[in-house]
Amino acid sequence: MSTQEIRFSGFGGQGIIRCALITGKALSLYDDKFATMTQAFGPEARGSACAAQLVVSDERVLYPYITHPGVLVALSQEAYDKYYGELPKGGILIVEEDLVKLRGEHPDLRLMRVPATRFAEELGNRLFTNLVALGFFTAVTNVVTADAMKKALPGLVPERFLKINVKAFDKGYEYGIQMNKNTRGEVL
Amino acid sequence: MKTVAADPKGVDSGPHFMDGDHALAEGALAAGCRFFAGYPITPSTETAERFAERAPEVGAMFIQMEDELASIAANIGAAWAGQKVMTVTCGPGFSLMTENLGLACMTETPMVIANVQRGGPSTGLPTLTAQQDMMQARYGPHGDNMIIALCPDSPQECFDLTVEAFNLSEFYRVPVIILTDETVGHMHEKVVIPPADQIKIVPRNNYSGPKEDCRPYKFDSKGGHPMVRAGDGYNFHITGLTHNEKGYPVMTAEQNVKVVTHLMEKINSNADDIIRLDEDQIDGADVVVVSYGITSRIAVKAIQDARKEGIKVGSLRLITIWPFCEKRIRELTGKVKAFVVPEINYGQMVKEVERCAGSHSKVISVNHCGGAVHDPAVILDAIRKANQ
Repeated sequence: MSTQEIRFSGFGGQGIIRCALITGKALSLYDDKFATMTQAFGPEARGSACAAQLVVSDERVLYPYITHPGVLVALSQEAYDKYYGELPKGGILIVEEDLVKLRGEHPDLRLMRVPATRFAEELGNRLFTNLVALGFFTAVTNVVTADAMKKALPGLVPERFLKINVKAFDKGYEYGIQMNKNTRGEVL
Repeated sequence: MKTVAADPKGVDSGPHFMDGDHALAEGALAAGCRFFAGYPITPSTETAERFAERAPEVGAMFIQMEDELASIAANIGAAWAGQKVMTVTCGPGFSLMTENLGLACMTETPMVIANVQRGGPSTGLPTLTAQQDMMQARYGPHGDNMIIALCPDSPQECFDLTVEAFNLSEFYRVPVIILTDETVGHMHEKVVIPPADQIKIVPRNNYSGPKEDCRPYKFDSKGGHPMVRAGDGYNFHITGLTHNEKGYPVMTAEQNVKVVTHLMEKINSNADDIIRLDEDQIDGADVVVVSYGITSRIAVKAIQDARKEGIKVGSLRLITIWPFCEKRIRELTGKVKAFVVPEINYGQMVKEVERCAGSHSKVISVNHCGGAVHDPAVILDAIRKANQ
């Protein structure tokens, strides 16, 4: 991997920015990568749509914004509608299975679906949706290691909820690993 | 400059994933800043928030004032009460601070002001980036005065240069301005804060000699003259009027020469010690890209592409913006075919490059109004033209 661009998107309250913060911290502090994170900061970010971007590289990131996203994590319909078109052929599209109605089959993309909200609710609270999604993202892409992600959590999730957040991450991660096996172990 | 190790109380050592705004606050706390009066304004608010959050554990004071005029005034007061002080703002707030920035220059009050630039003029583009206040920082206040300004290109440099800003400010007793921007301010990257004993800081130097020899000012241009702390029992005066070494008004042409010459020369005559540049492959270059802040990172991308095309291009990154690196530009003038100056404004620092280059080297401005960083391809195109 030389440079990889990732967009996390959804609606306000799903912990989208937190997803990018955790992944960026994991990569740059524990996976020995360079990561630059930016977030939508206009007045539009105060409404429902929400996005955060990461540029990941083995070398120092020069241009801080994403121009050719290779991975899109969309946890809401609006986010999916707004961003899926920018993925190139072979790009990875991760969507929230119950919240996103697909506009077609996307044969050119590597489509991965996860019922993150449902899993989070099974764990007791839909607030953990983002951690389920992050676990899944970690399993089905080769961007970041699960170890680094777990190391990054303290300080970015409330201490008293650390264990349950790790559990949510593991749930998404295991589901992702399972999915990799179902697709003949193909890791995207 | 006499330095000591930083007080560990203010130093949050270790690696962080942090934005530039937060790194400004951490740099201030590490440098020993214990007073911050400010007024929130996008995109600088996160600095005030971080400082306010950390103040109780560090033993610092944070005051949200009624506006920017009051913020800088409170900082001037706190500085003379013995504190290292900081405030943070952006264009509209910086405009309001400009009057008292002049007072701080005239009274030789150490302070650090960070301007997290956004698009202007006026309220402009509250949430989007720019580098449009470069000249305002230098020439904002009326009358002749001189400040120091530094320009970080990353959250890491927001930390490092804030520490340096405090050191310069204390030694030269001058306001030091950190000219950062929305992109760097809101961008998260790895920031490594060193252990306290590896951070060298210039401590506040307060006069402690006999009363009759107390002089809050010395017009000798060298730097390092002690402050006098209010409440320590010395009689002295601070005024925006032309003053003598005790600080009392002496409103004559002769005294104005002494004071103004000192204000200018304490920076100009020490420019070689103050100025920091980051140079890459300048020797033998046909084209030199002069850039600063976030634009310098975009420029490196363009420079790398130009080198692949065989163009001999060097990079001159201005870490210190003011005083301007006149000497270095003059040295390169005539040796290089052209300077290329990209900046997120309508062409500000390029005027300085033109002034120093005269007619001996071409100067190409790659100006770009506020709201976004350059497309590297535009800078690459300018490098190609410069090489023709």
